[in-house]
Amino acid sequence: MSYDAIVIGAGMSGLAAGIRLAMFDKKVVILEKHSIPGGLNSYYQRRNFDAGGIRQFDVGLHALTNFIKKGEKGKPFSKLLKQLRLSYDDFKLCPQTYSKISFPGMELKFSNDFELLLNEVYEKFPTEIDSFNALVLKVQNFNELDLSIGYQSSRQVLKDLIKDELLTEMLLCPLLIYGSAWEDDMDFAQFVIMFKSLYFEGFSRPEGGVRTIISLLMKKLEDAGGEIRFKAPVNSILTRDGKAIGVDVGGEELFAPVILSSIGYPETVRITPALETISAPRVGAMTFLESIFVFDKKIPTTQNDSTIVFYNNALKYAYRPATNYFDDKSAVVCFPDNYEAHNTSGEGTVRVTYMANYSQWRELDRSGYDAKKDEVKASALGLVKKLVPQFDGKLLFTDIFSPMTIERYTWHLNGTVYGSIDKTRDGSTKVPGLFIIGTDQGFLGIVGSILSGISLANLHGLMASDS
Amino acid sequence: MTANNVRQIVLDIIADIAPDEDVTSIDDSKSLREQLDLDSMDFLDIVMELRKRHKVEVPQEDYPKLATLESCVSYLSPKFA
Ligand SMILES: Cc1cc2nc3c(=O)[nH]c(=O)nc-3n(C[C@H](O)[C@H](O)[C@H](O)COP(=O)(O)OP(=O)(O)OC[C@H]3O[C@@H](n4cnc5c(N)ncnc54)[C@H](O)[C@@H]3O)c2cc1C
Repeated sequence: MSYDAIVIGAGMSGLAAGIRLAMFDKKVVILEKHSIPGGLNSYYQRRNFDAGGIRQFDVGLHALTNFIKKGEKGKPFSKLLKQLRLSYDDFKLCPQTYSKISFPGMELKFSNDFELLLNEVYEKFPTEIDSFNALVLKVQNFNELDLSIGYQSSRQVLKDLIKDELLTEMLLCPLLIYGSAWEDDMDFAQFVIMFKSLYFEGFSRPEGGVRTIISLLMKKLEDAGGEIRFKAPVNSILTRDGKAIGVDVGGEELFAPVILSSIGYPETVRITPALETISAPRVGAMTFLESIFVFDKKIPTTQNDSTIVFYNNALKYAYRPATNYFDDKSAVVCFPDNYEAHNTSGEGTVRVTYMANYSQWRELDRSGYDAKKDEVKASALGLVKKLVPQFDGKLLFTDIFSPMTIERYTWHLNGTVYGSIDKTRDGSTKVPGLFIIGTDQGFLGIVGSILSGISLANLHGLMASDS
Repeated sequence: MTANNVRQIVLDIIADIAPDEDVTSIDDSKSLREQLDLDSMDFLDIVMELRKRHKVEVPQEDYPKLATLESCVSYLSPKFA
């Protein structure tokens, strides 16, 4: 069977690429190994008859970044809407109240109004007002979409601007854990993308969680006439005379001159015999553990009204694999009930993300694995207790997923969430016709990976075929 | 097809691509980009829609000819003839 283009993976980037191609009558098929779409931001359910039956969970979703108000223009989210011809109202966005970066003895709040963070910095780091303004200006004027810019250390850039190390650590904390494949640092272009998405624009959550986004994308794909196959693992990428010509999917050969792969750069190289001789892109080390707690009631807003807390219990922020299975010195704690007009059920939910260590988790046998998860649970519950000491809700349900879970359901090597540390910023590989989209093109998170899928589909699937 | 028809075809496409834009007050001689929130991705969509709806091809090197409504009309009219 022949296509104009084949997309590997039905995560956010793959779905978006498929939609763009199908919209303009390209014959396209999306091949997904799993039985459902979504990839790193998919969904699942858990059964528990003692406590209210079946519950639906999102894999990732803490926050949809890049919040805009209806009608705002020229922003990443407005580009996404236009390119996929989706309407703002379809997303039913519920904005955050505010979030905070919490370090020993110091707290910085930010919200969907950049003024809040600005005032917080002015008030709490009065000697850094000029340097913070200089950073903001630098971020504003930086063209993060220029794909020809090479790696530049954000820490170095910050060091040249900001003297108070605590401010640097605090600003970096959310940006690193929400989007850095690199340990302790990140590419400055990535820093700028994240700074804009989190601090300038902010957070919201679609009513209904990630399912709302996925069903919008699936519906669009269907309406545009795009084909999608589940339980369709791509085993290898076929080439002739060094050029991509198709894929082997579950033993069947499909042909296309353009292949867009969202499974990761090292993962793509692994299934491309023609790339055997290149030095393989390195697998990133950053992976996480996520604990989801459901309580019999909501946390009263008098006890906590923030949406996300970036917690760190040292003056330095150590963003690297945990030395001992998981790192309880720092965490992201998400209170999804504190998105405006959100949860109407009586229950309360809290999500706690810890940095983890893949190789240690991999070594555990079944009972060791379960025991470790119990330790994670106790530790994360302890942190919730610390943040909301007066809360007396009864724990109804717990679900914890580990780097092994991420690897098992998304096939990302070592359970990495932010992919390889060797990005291919323009998506190209050494095989003409084969392109990397999503995380390893350097655009991640839900909004980033969707935009990556859109722009590479435009470039290699729509514009290239003009000639 | 008259120049006015071609103008309307382009306007209809823009209205679909950028539903939030007011296309009634466009100055034909001024850059579309400056008047509306259109970026290079949107210009690609104009080209793709011309092909999809009207089988009119605009090669990549000619994209600059779509800069204003006026230049759109003079460039596209022969293609609709
Ligand atoms: C715990 C967690 C929390 C997160 N929180 C947030 C958040 O709050 N906000 C946010 O914006 N982002 C969040 N993210 C990040 C976000 O989910 C990702 O950046 C984004 O979904 C990446 O999309 P992608 O298309 O690049 O890749 P993926 O989603 O990984 O898509 C790749 C797809 O390819 C499939 N695949 C793999 N191998 C094959 C094969 N051989 N053949 C066919 N298919 C294959 C996979 O099953 C997968 O569906 C979170 C991620 C995690 C894990």
